[in-house]
Amino acid sequence: MAGAVAGSGTPEDTFPKLLLRNARRFSARPAIREKDLGIWQSWTWGEVLDEVRAFALGLKELGVKAGDKIAIIGHNRPRLYWTFTAVQSLGAVPIPVYQDAVAEEMAYVLSHAEVAFAVVEDQEQVDKLITLNEELHALTHVIYDDERGLKNYDHAQLHPFEDVQALGRKALAGNASAEADWEAAIAAGKGEDVAVILYTSGTTGRPKGVMLSFDNILISAVNANAFDRLDETEEIIAYLPMAWVGDHIFSYAQAYAAGFCVNCPESPDTVTEDRREIAPTYFFAPPRVFEMLLTQIMVRMEDAGELKKKMFHHYLGVARDVGERLLNDEEVGLLDRLRYRLGEVLVYGPLKNRMGLSRLKVGYTAGEAIGPEIFRFYRALGLNLKQLYGQTEASVYISMQPDGEIRADTVGTPAPDVEIRIDDNGEVLYRSPGVFVGYFKNDEATKETKTEEGWVHTGDAGFFDNEGHLRIIDRAKDVGKLVDDTLFAPKYIENKLKFFPDIKEVVAFGHERDKVCVFINIDLESVGNWAERNNISYASYQELAAHPQVYETIETHVRQVNQDLAQEPRMAGSQISRFLVLHKELDADDGELTRTQKVRRSFIAEKYTALIEALYDGSTEADISTEVTYEDGRKGMLSATLNIRDVERFGTAQMKEAAE
Amino acid sequence: MSAVQDQAHTSQPAPGEVLLEVDNISLSFGGVKAIRDVSFDIRIGEVRAIIGPNGAGKTSMLNVINGFYHPQEGTITFAGKTRRNVRPYEAAASGIARTFQNVALFKGMSTLDNIISGRTLHMKTGFLWQLIHWGPAEREEIANRRKAEEIIDFLEIQHIRKTPVGRLPYGLQKRVELGRALAAEPKLLLLDEPMAGMNREEKEDMSRFILDVNSQFGTTIALIEHDMGVVMDLSDRVVVLDYGRKIGDGTPSEVRGNQDVIDAYLGVSH
Repeated sequence: MAGAVAGSGTPEDTFPKLLLRNARRFSARPAIREKDLGIWQSWTWGEVLDEVRAFALGLKELGVKAGDKIAIIGHNRPRLYWTFTAVQSLGAVPIPVYQDAVAEEMAYVLSHAEVAFAVVEDQEQVDKLITLNEELHALTHVIYDDERGLKNYDHAQLHPFEDVQALGRKALAGNASAEADWEAAIAAGKGEDVAVILYTSGTTGRPKGVMLSFDNILISAVNANAFDRLDETEEIIAYLPMAWVGDHIFSYAQAYAAGFCVNCPESPDTVTEDRREIAPTYFFAPPRVFEMLLTQIMVRMEDAGELKKKMFHHYLGVARDVGERLLNDEEVGLLDRLRYRLGEVLVYGPLKNRMGLSRLKVGYTAGEAIGPEIFRFYRALGLNLKQLYGQTEASVYISMQPDGEIRADTVGTPAPDVEIRIDDNGEVLYRSPGVFVGYFKNDEATKETKTEEGWVHTGDAGFFDNEGHLRIIDRAKDVGKLVDDTLFAPKYIENKLKFFPDIKEVVAFGHERDKVCVFINIDLESVGNWAERNNISYASYQELAAHPQVYETIETHVRQVNQDLAQEPRMAGSQISRFLVLHKELDADDGELTRTQKVRRSFIAEKYTALIEALYDGSTEADISTEVTYEDGRKGMLSATLNIRDVERFGTAQMKEAAE
Repeated sequence: MSAVQDQAHTSQPAPGEVLLEVDNISLSFGGVKAIRDVSFDIRIGEVRAIIGPNGAGKTSMLNVINGFYHPQEGTITFAGKTRRNVRPYEAAASGIARTFQNVALFKGMSTLDNIISGRTLHMKTGFLWQLIHWGPAEREEIANRRKAEEIIDFLEIQHIRKTPVGRLPYGLQKRVELGRALAAEPKLLLLDEPMAGMNREEKEDMSRFILDVNSQFGTTIALIEHDMGVVMDLSDRVVVLDYGRKIGDGTPSEVRGNQDVIDAYLGVSH
């Protein structure tokens, strides 16, 4: 493998050292690209070194010193990625922050981390920092990438990125030893130093700052590169939040370790189109992205001509029979191979091209469970999509699926160098070189999470199946019991429902209650399309959600899930008794979801107490009015009367009869 | 950080030179007097709003400025040149661009092509050259495309670059139309109700773009708008028309306090 080992004890155990190495080894290879004014601009590793060096020395001139905390806020831009290395080369610590957080959310992280400098994307972020001015005492300078709209601002402590680089270049020109000094400082960096602090979005309580060392990140990155045989020829597209550990590992650490090229899309709205142009060879996306892609394809196929439709469905059938076996290198007959080959030319190839996945070598999904149907669809097309299980505290990798051992409902075997054990209460614990140093300024939380022997509590409940694959069922603290002691794993039930394209989000209740009830959010795209085709008119999300026919459809889905649950001995008792369809989409701006789109259960339980009571007291209707937050932060009220429906439950015996 | 906060949005009246001077303009269609003896000026770098109730003559005024209507009386001085009767293309060539109350785009063409069409005045090579597509013609096309891409980037419409505008929602079409007007690199930009029919969020986006055009490119802007909140926030000076007459002229706060303006908008009891 070209991206030699960069773990502890080798010469390149930090990002700045790797940059120097890559600039030597791959000096003419592209390191990063950005689509600007409709054209892909690229920088080679040699050029990146130049940019980073100039910026680092500029920061030094501005007063950045070892140990300072520097916030990085914005979408995936080359300059923001360079900032990581520049900051690290000075011994300071970069802290990426979620760019879509509203000012108040940002305030906590920035003040907790005592951020002294901030490097941000544009006016939007600068404005947020200006509103927070009073609270951020440590913040001295703000540097921005895009000057649009900022011309008339007071520039006493506000600098364009180029100006800082110019400052650095001047320092380089004025002092013959500047470059050598910089490289000497890099050489003095150690693998065990803190490389980055990543604030976890946290489903409960305040975000915590996870400190990861260079060793944590780089050993994990090198292992992952080796696991999937990734080298300097890979192309990836960087579109997930820079503050998220996944992007940090895939688009920064693994790219530096292997020397491959990272592509930054033109804007968040053009990712699909940009991906098609780049055709990444290594791709990560949460299940939601794969679901969306599939929904879009299916919706478009509905509008296609008769012949195309027939061809699509016929060859999709062939792919379901053959594709996955081919991918797993199992035995497949000659005729089937030929049919699949023809399908590749007629259907799969063009389809993969449309999705921008025609060069894909390996793809991963994680974060949530993926629908088995969706997972199989992609694999049947010959895309090597796999699942992994990870956490910020582990530098991502805890377990991953090796080639040829892919199941839709497991998260694979322990990743290289990772030990996993299951606690008595069912919680998953792990130990690995990627295990974080600690939470920043929060020793108490560190002690709660990490044992003396280095085992980390994941907070997830799971078990190993007969083949040694890990299965995650839910958050350990969310796994509860009904009053009759039946096991209740809300996420497990929610995921089963969410696999229906009509259902976007589900919240299940049942802990210490006599039955299971759920809130359901419909998927506007999918249900809206169905409504359009069935001549059902609606003016708003609320109206569509309350439509009797929509309720009818959702009820059949819930019944289906109950049937499934009835077949699993451990879960049969937790079938769904009643449900309602919510009048608004759960939203991160209203605090109902985390920034990574995970449901905040307890918050929702509190906010919608009235609805939960109605679910359990047998009423058929419930009134609710809720406060909603618009994108610009203003608030409004939304009220509605919601229907509640009972659903048929199935006995295990009944199911057996039906089967006979 | 303290110094940074001071000036988020400066919109002080720019005491620039006069760019456009409207002098005693009167316009009538047969017996209907659309504009009666109106005079005002627009200074370089400012955002000038023209407001008034329905039928006050606002759009007629814009049409006079860009040469679509020819006034019976009065003169217009633009960038030092005085004229009365000028044709729309001459007005465009002298640096006046506009958008329309009802979107007037080429529906079947993509966003990009629509914006490039705004570059027509900057295309010097002839039809034959462009057909050969070599040398100067090619260089020119690259320059024009670059300018169009800058505008696309500026207006944040990259994702609809290749979409036929007929398929776009109304708010985006309005933005494309603004893009096409900007492509002409005008000295004076006339916006006829840029926010008509938009929801609140779209209005806020559009307001931001108008302010950005003004500050980034230094373009002088004259706009007609009905939403008073928008007018008060955006403009440096406001001229108020009613039944073709000018009844007020000044900063937003001056105009807001003007009794004639209040009467015109709220009506007076007799």
